[in-house]
Formats: sequence, C-alpha cells, structure tokens
Amino acid sequence: MIDYISSHWVSHYNYWATIVIMMIGLYTIISHTNLIKKIAGLNILQAGVFLMYISMGVVTDGTAPIAAEGFTIYSNPLPQVLMLTAIVVGVATTALAFAFVVRISETYHTVEEDELLFQDKLQSSEETEEW
Amino acid sequence: MIDIDIAINMLLLLFLIAMATTILRLRRMLAVAMILSLYSLLTAGLFMVMDAPDVAFTEAAVGSGVSTVLLLVTLTLTRTHYAKNTARLQWRPLIIVLLTGGALLYGVHDIALMGDINAPAHRHVADHYIAEARNETGVPNMVTAVLASYRSFDTLGEVVVIFAASIGVMLLLGDGRREHRDGDTP
Repeated sequence: MIDYISSHWVSHYNYWATIVIMMIGLYTIISHTNLIKKIAGLNILQAGVFLMYISMGVVTDGTAPIAAEGFTIYSNPLPQVLMLTAIVVGVATTALAFAFVVRISETYHTVEEDELLFQDKLQSSEETEEW
Repeated sequence: MIDIDIAINMLLLLFLIAMATTILRLRRMLAVAMILSLYSLLTAGLFMVMDAPDVAFTEAAVGSGVSTVLLLVTLTLTRTHYAKNTARLQWRPLIIVLLTGGALLYGVHDIALMGDINAPAHRHVADHYIAEARNETGVPNMVTAVLASYRSFDTLGEVVVIFAASIGVMLLLGDGRREHRDGDTP
C-alpha cells in the first residue's frame, strides 16, 4: 500500500485529488437539508468530474491543442471538447434547479428539505381528517 | 523531478479541496456564493495549467460568472441568508460517500499514468484530430474543429438540452404562470 502510494503519487495525484473533491461535493448533496446548498454541492461534484477528464487529456511536454509552427506534441483535444459541452449543459441544469428552488420557496416559504416534508405531512394529515 | 507546472497543479488542487470543505461547513449563503465563484475561477486556472485554454475561459465566464449571478438571484428571491446547521457528522451519508470514493479509487488504480503519450486515450481518434484537423476543417484550433465539425451533432444535442432547460425555467417562473395563479379559485 505504502509502496503503491509512493510510486504513483505524481502520476495519480490529480485523480486522487479530484475523487476527494467529488466526494466532498457528494457529501454536501446528501447531508445538507438546504436546497441551495445541495445545488452548490452538485456544482462542486461537477467541477471534480471536469478536472478528472481534463487530467486524462494531459500529455507531458505537450502544448494547448492549437496548431502552430514549431510544436508537434499537443494535449488530447477530445476530453476538452466533451468538458466544454458538459460545462454549458451543467449551467443549464443548474439554472433549472434554481428555478425549481424559487418555485418551491414561493409555495412553501422555505428552502429547507425537512421543513418541506413536515409541511407536506401536516397537509396530508389535515386532508385525511377532513375526509 | 517535479517541474513547476505539476507543483502549481498540486497546490491548486489542495486549494480546491480546502474550498470545497469550507462550502460544506459554511452556513452564511452569501459567503457560499462567493467561495463557489472563487472555486470556479481556480478550476479555470487549473484547466489553463493542464493545457486546456478553451475549457478554462468557458469555466471562467460561465462557471464563475453566470452561475454566481444565478445563485445570487436565487438567494435574493428566496430570501435565504443562512442554511440550517448540519455541522454534526452524519453516519449514513458518510458511509455512502466512503464506499463510492473507495470504488472510484479502486477504479483509477490501473488507469494510464497522467501525461503518458502512449496511453490508449491518446492513440485512438485524438491522433487523427491532431494530424488532420487543420487540413480537413481549416481551423487551427483543434478543440473548435472537433466541437463544430467532427462532433457537431454532440453540440446540436447540447443546444437541445439548453433549449429544454430554458423552456423549463420559463414554465416555472414565467409570466403566464402568475396570471394563471391569479385567476385560480382558492
């Protein structure tokens, strides 16, 4: 184990660090009750995935993938294209999530998940009583 | 043995971990918005270090610009100032996160070494893009060439996703909904 870590830490450091970042994001999503905080966690998780893909595209001594005289080694353009698409899609989904949060807060006057569930429970028990 | 690029890379990643932890622990939502913006900016810097300028400026503009504005607007509209305190360590989420993280760490243990030019990922279609993109599309920037030419259907799909998301936002928050609600019988 120690041998493995000491022999791989330069070449795998990025992967390990991005996994740690992703897991902090995931923990934020699961453990917090505040919906806006959950979306912040989702953004952290996303950025971790972007970083991991870009790390896979790096080539030692390579340069940015823009053709120019005097350069022969370029980093891999494919992961960069995929992540470019993913960033824009990520913002679109974030905007949609925020719209949901605004709509929820208009109706429930809270953005805390446990209070939402409590209000739902209260409402459904009132309905059963009426019935 | 470790050159300056790798050193900056490692330092920035440590900063990112610290910021993610801070966001996890902060209760003040305005501070969360600001640190999330800084987090995106550092991510953009990291992309720059890893030779991905196109991704870097998209992240700087969209990630740390537009996302932050959206987050601030949401905070204003929902009048949220503080998140509920969840500083207490929760065991069930922690177990799920540790299991997922462990599986991911196991998954990357035999991944190609970072920067290795003979890795299968660099020997597949990337070679063709690097060698031929300029002749076939006339664009010197390979990322643009792949985005708009070789994989333009992917980009079309991306536009469809953005369109669907914007329709969703309009349906949720648009004017038509308010009129409908006013006309509703209570």
